[in-house]
Amino acid sequence: MKDIYTEKVLDHFRNPRNIGEIKNADGVGTVGNPVCGDVMTIYIKVKNNIIQDIKFKTYGCAAAIASSSIATEMVKGKTLDEALKLTRNDVAEELGGLPAYKLHCSNLAADALRKAIKDYKTKKNKR
Amino acid sequence: MKKVYMDYASTTPVDKDVLKEMLPYFDKKYGNASSIHSLGIDAFNAIELAREQVGSLLNANPDEIIFTSGGTESDNLAIKGVAFYNKKKRGTKGYHIISSKVEHPAVLETCMYLEKLGFNVKYLSVDKYGFINPADLEDAISKDTFLVTIMYGNNEIGTIEPVEEIGKITKKHDILLHTDAVQAIGKIPIDVNKLNIDLLSISSHKIYGPKGSGALYIKKGVKLEPLAHGGGHEKGLRSSTYNTPGIVGLGKACELGKKRMSKDVAHLIDLRDKLIKEIQKIEECYLNGHPEKRLANNVHFRFTAIEGESLNLMLDDKGVAASTGSACSSKKLKASHVLLAIGLDPAEAHGSLRLTLGRLNTNEDVEYVANVLPGIVENLRNMSPLWNQ
Repeated sequence: MKDIYTEKVLDHFRNPRNIGEIKNADGVGTVGNPVCGDVMTIYIKVKNNIIQDIKFKTYGCAAAIASSSIATEMVKGKTLDEALKLTRNDVAEELGGLPAYKLHCSNLAADALRKAIKDYKTKKNKR
Repeated sequence: MKKVYMDYASTTPVDKDVLKEMLPYFDKKYGNASSIHSLGIDAFNAIELAREQVGSLLNANPDEIIFTSGGTESDNLAIKGVAFYNKKKRGTKGYHIISSKVEHPAVLETCMYLEKLGFNVKYLSVDKYGFINPADLEDAISKDTFLVTIMYGNNEIGTIEPVEEIGKITKKHDILLHTDAVQAIGKIPIDVNKLNIDLLSISSHKIYGPKGSGALYIKKGVKLEPLAHGGGHEKGLRSSTYNTPGIVGLGKACELGKKRMSKDVAHLIDLRDKLIKEIQKIEECYLNGHPEKRLANNVHFRFTAIEGESLNLMLDDKGVAASTGSACSSKKLKASHVLLAIGLDPAEAHGSLRLTLGRLNTNEDVEYVANVLPGIVENLRNMSPLWNQ
């Protein structure tokens, strides 16, 4: 099982970065479906258009946990525009690759992030 | 770090006495059992001894045992062999097979293949424990039914099917009964005559024998078409040069399995029930399968809000080898058909853990797993958006 994953995937799986929730987050995005075995929620705190803090919670396999973890690292401190450019491929590449059959089901972090940013913008416009 | 192997339903280590019996047949007694010289005769005699050992475990005659490459081939030969023979004999009548929704893929996929060839297969539903209902079987039988194939003990959740009742029904209706007993062998005394079993599949590597070896019991008088044509080995039913070391290993494993069964089973049930009791202390975890009518070595749980692959990888990090019914560990990405058949939804099925015990497990192993598991579950739940404390 383990040899299907890169060392980097296993490292982020074993020691996930930015795990948890942000109370009073500026934006929250949840994607996935328990039926497929993967659900992830990303929380962001935004100041001056920059992602100041980001946290995640993930239910899923090692690929799902690792891709959430590394995605939060990749966009922390970035502007929202930069963060919106993050793709599933970027996440998979940064992890040193994911098994082909995991690319679509488990690699949801970029989608969750976009949803969190959208949520932030919606809330901001209402204010 | 401590290493605990609790995946005996996947495979077992070869017993040292089994290995000792096998070794000469690789480089010293390497003759082809079909040859007429002394080396050939040595191999032939070893194979015939193994046939007696396998037969003895099942209370079958040695000449009712056919050697194969393992459980999957035995299932294929039994089901397709009977189906093809039946088709040849009856022409256009009688294409109906009855099986269940919780069979091993070796049976399910074989049945689905036969459906493509025009056979009709009824897959019986099971209850929440995984039992088929014998009344459902009786209802499903039609004048076209020629074969029932129901497993003895479930490879995932350990449920022991009511084979005795099934055998009474198939006998009454004069229908052949095949059972995949790969997981049950060595853990349940099986008497093929008493149980009215016509065909029974076994595998060597689940009972401390080598991989790549298995057998099919075929009751005297039951006719099959061969799948492998060639030199006419095994009464023409399975051509292929005899895998003498593998067959010798299977024979010895069966002999030891019979001799040690009551001791093995008592040991396994003791450890199994301790492990179940310990794991049940974790909140929101549920035992899959029946509390008692389960294989002596099977422990199968699901945990709310966590996913099985992650759970297994973290256990592996702690030195524990286990297994999961989660889709994410298989390339097919489908939740276990067994867990869906017992009524779990896919999300519940993903959070499953199978721990299967064996002869070499100890009380310390159980205590170790009982110690590391709660922390892993907690850790994963802390990460999970589905877990609400």
